[in-house]
Amino acid sequence: MSATDTASAPADTAAASTVPPSRGQRFTNASANYIDERTSVSGLVKELGRKVFPDHWSFMLGEIALYSFVVILLSGTFLTFFYDPSMTEVEYEGSYVPLKGLEMSAAMASSLDISFDIRGGLLMRQVHHWAALLFIAAIGLHMLRVFFTGAFRKPRELNWFIGFVLFILAMAEGFTGYSLPDDLLSGNGLRIIDGMVKAIPLIGTWISWLLFGGEFPGTEVIPRLFVLHILLLPAILVVALGAHLLLMVINKHTHYAGPGRTNDNVVGVPVMPIFAAKAGGFFFIVFGVIMLLGAFFQINPIWAYGPYDPSPVSAGTQPDWYIGFADGALRLMPGLDVVLFGYTYPLGVLVPLAILPIFLGLVAFYPFIEAWITGDKREHHIAERPRNAPARTAIGAAGVTFYAVLWAAASSDLIATHFLVTIEGTIITLRWLLVIGPVLAYFLTKRICIGLQKKDREIALHGYESGRIVRLPGGEYIEVHEQLDDYERWKLVSYLDYQPLMVRPDDNGRISVAQRARAGLSSWFFEDRIAPATTTELERETASH
Amino acid sequence: MAQHDTGEKSAAAGSAVDRIESSRVSPGTAIEVSDAFVNPGLPPHRPRVTDLNPKKAKQAERRVYTLFYVSIIGSVAAVAAYAAIPLVPGDNATLRLSTALLGLGIALGLLGIGIGAVYWAKTLMKAEEMVEMRHPTRGSDETRERAVEIFQLGNEESGFGRRALIRNSLIGALIATPIPAIVLFRDLGPAGSPAEALMTTMWEKDMRLTRDPTGTPIRASEVTLGSVFHVIPDGLLDKEHKLEEKAKAAVLLIRLKPEDINELPERAGWSYDGIVAYSKICTHVGCPVALYEQQTHHLLCPCHQSTFDVTNHCEVIFGPASRPLPQLPISVDSDGYLIAQSDFLEPIGPSFWERS
Repeated sequence: MSATDTASAPADTAAASTVPPSRGQRFTNASANYIDERTSVSGLVKELGRKVFPDHWSFMLGEIALYSFVVILLSGTFLTFFYDPSMTEVEYEGSYVPLKGLEMSAAMASSLDISFDIRGGLLMRQVHHWAALLFIAAIGLHMLRVFFTGAFRKPRELNWFIGFVLFILAMAEGFTGYSLPDDLLSGNGLRIIDGMVKAIPLIGTWISWLLFGGEFPGTEVIPRLFVLHILLLPAILVVALGAHLLLMVINKHTHYAGPGRTNDNVVGVPVMPIFAAKAGGFFFIVFGVIMLLGAFFQINPIWAYGPYDPSPVSAGTQPDWYIGFADGALRLMPGLDVVLFGYTYPLGVLVPLAILPIFLGLVAFYPFIEAWITGDKREHHIAERPRNAPARTAIGAAGVTFYAVLWAAASSDLIATHFLVTIEGTIITLRWLLVIGPVLAYFLTKRICIGLQKKDREIALHGYESGRIVRLPGGEYIEVHEQLDDYERWKLVSYLDYQPLMVRPDDNGRISVAQRARAGLSSWFFEDRIAPATTTELERETASH
Repeated sequence: MAQHDTGEKSAAAGSAVDRIESSRVSPGTAIEVSDAFVNPGLPPHRPRVTDLNPKKAKQAERRVYTLFYVSIIGSVAAVAAYAAIPLVPGDNATLRLSTALLGLGIALGLLGIGIGAVYWAKTLMKAEEMVEMRHPTRGSDETRERAVEIFQLGNEESGFGRRALIRNSLIGALIATPIPAIVLFRDLGPAGSPAEALMTTMWEKDMRLTRDPTGTPIRASEVTLGSVFHVIPDGLLDKEHKLEEKAKAAVLLIRLKPEDINELPERAGWSYDGIVAYSKICTHVGCPVALYEQQTHHLLCPCHQSTFDVTNHCEVIFGPASRPLPQLPISVDSDGYLIAQSDFLEPIGPSFWERS
């Protein structure tokens, strides 16, 4: 492109050339030219400016996560200007009268100062906390959306994994940040972490020793968590987030099955202007809603908990919601210390400590497992309706149930006091639910999916009930079924169909264990599949009427 | 453009990205049928009311700029609230008012922009759906060939593959360099052994039991039936590592009727007149076991609900803890104050690897 051809820099501003450009226009042209001659940014605009983004409410969940992260960065930066990450003992001399004169760490004292002595400080603390809670919730929902629509399939398996890493980083950010005020509640949270770490065979006590700089609680852990919270973890998070978004642009967004949408195209709105306006506007809406939460809904009132002290604790102690599943796992596992060759294995802690990574590992690697089972090496850009992948949807429902039971267990004491049941009964019920719940959820969900698929098939072939009753000459009454039009029918019939894998011996006449396993999983996935309706079937149906 | 006919190009939703790939890439166990339905293409575009009625469009325009004006008002109001409401020490009502008005102003500023922009996009911006073709993510054959060629050239020109000694020694060196970084982190913790530190607390023979947090000693006669004392060792408050010592040495003192206690014969001398002392640190993961139920003589940990029976040497009767709370042997001195006979006879708190 000619460098002097200034008007062509932003591709779409081919204005009428007969009218002499206004002053503003001339300025815009000149500055666009100036920048492009030094950055060749016009190429980027040309590539991305009219890139098409599909539109669906469920695609907003990831956006909420992204935007709340921006809010976290902004409010967090404000807080760092006032927060003092030090465990030096000071006497509190701030404005909150009930704690005046009490000894506490400088971290706690500065957190109180932010809350009581700095205008907008309490607002920013609450905005930061609410944004963090929303951030992780949005990530979770976004992951569920991607999972249940199969949007993690090739070529997006790696991006699913990066997203999973972001999820873990977000929880780590949440926990480190939660600990920084050094109040009684978060201190007990750290104490629990310390207890869990110490249970790890061989290196547990050493990890705790190095983390806390000696014995718990020490005077090191808050500054260290602060460095993790504001430097190391955010840096990794931002890089991973960048990779996540870049891969999304490279892979292009999925879209839902619908007329005109194929695996080869993207149907939606262009970035400039409509998507930019919607997404940019949505950022301000998310920010605004978080601001309202921060202004009107109290969160983490550290002044009510007081400074950390290893002896007191309040009833109803709970972590922030996203750590609940881990806390629930600790509550459900019965205690069991095993001593072998003079060393202690505290299984009551080690079993939950092992189950959580296994569960999270299954989440992280699910796309690769499913790809191996189906053997499908094609690219998939159509987000599936969950009913059309019954086994996957059922597995997802089982996973959600497992997580939900662990999560509920983190509130076992509050469940007991609110519903006037015994704490023992609550725990024992939840223990059973943890085992039975996912199995029940699996079968229930699979049956529902298959039922819905059958219904879809019937509607696609026979049409829908019109509500019009007709009396036939013979005296018989029938309800007239109305056929769908092509657009409506397409949604019901366009889905992928897999058959169970048939194991065949290889060239040496052997069947490998891996092949057998794959065949077993494959029939578990696909044996009761419902095939999509075909044109032949429709013709036969219409002919018979 | 919106009516881009894609129905012919690819029949099923699951078809591959382009023709070349579909013949080469395995569909796995997917079933492809010849009589599948054909994609009918995009349905006809339905115009919005603002596309058809200029009056409605004008109305939408008014709403959008009104929202943007509201945003400006909100931001100005936030500044006004900041300036008008100074925080008064000890006055929580002003703090609440300041937080609410400041937040409300900023929120208006943000929501005005946000809702305005989205409303603008939804009502006034050209909304016809566009279609863009996808391309296989995989690089084209030429690109890939060229990439392979570049790697081969790099290999040839450097001799990376040929000069095995250079290559292997480099790999060795790269593996070795990060090792100092690992060693450097040893001093995150002080010298000494963590397990040793966990084995003992500051309790020792004849040390007085004192109240938490005042540090005043406790007479045996003050411990009435059914009462609970939160106890720290005498001298703890003057210690340099106060919190670390307290995290291990915190004790609960309870008086029961002597006939309610089932004492093991070897621990018969550990209590005094029905007064027993147990470590307050939960043997599960270390929370303070702070809830005492007078009627049942049960201790409950509020973190994970481990329940201990005080009448039976604090054995676990429910919950995730696996060991009883360690007992502190106590007695009284000549002045009638409660004292420890010794340190705990086992490590307190959560189980750890080197414990037994």
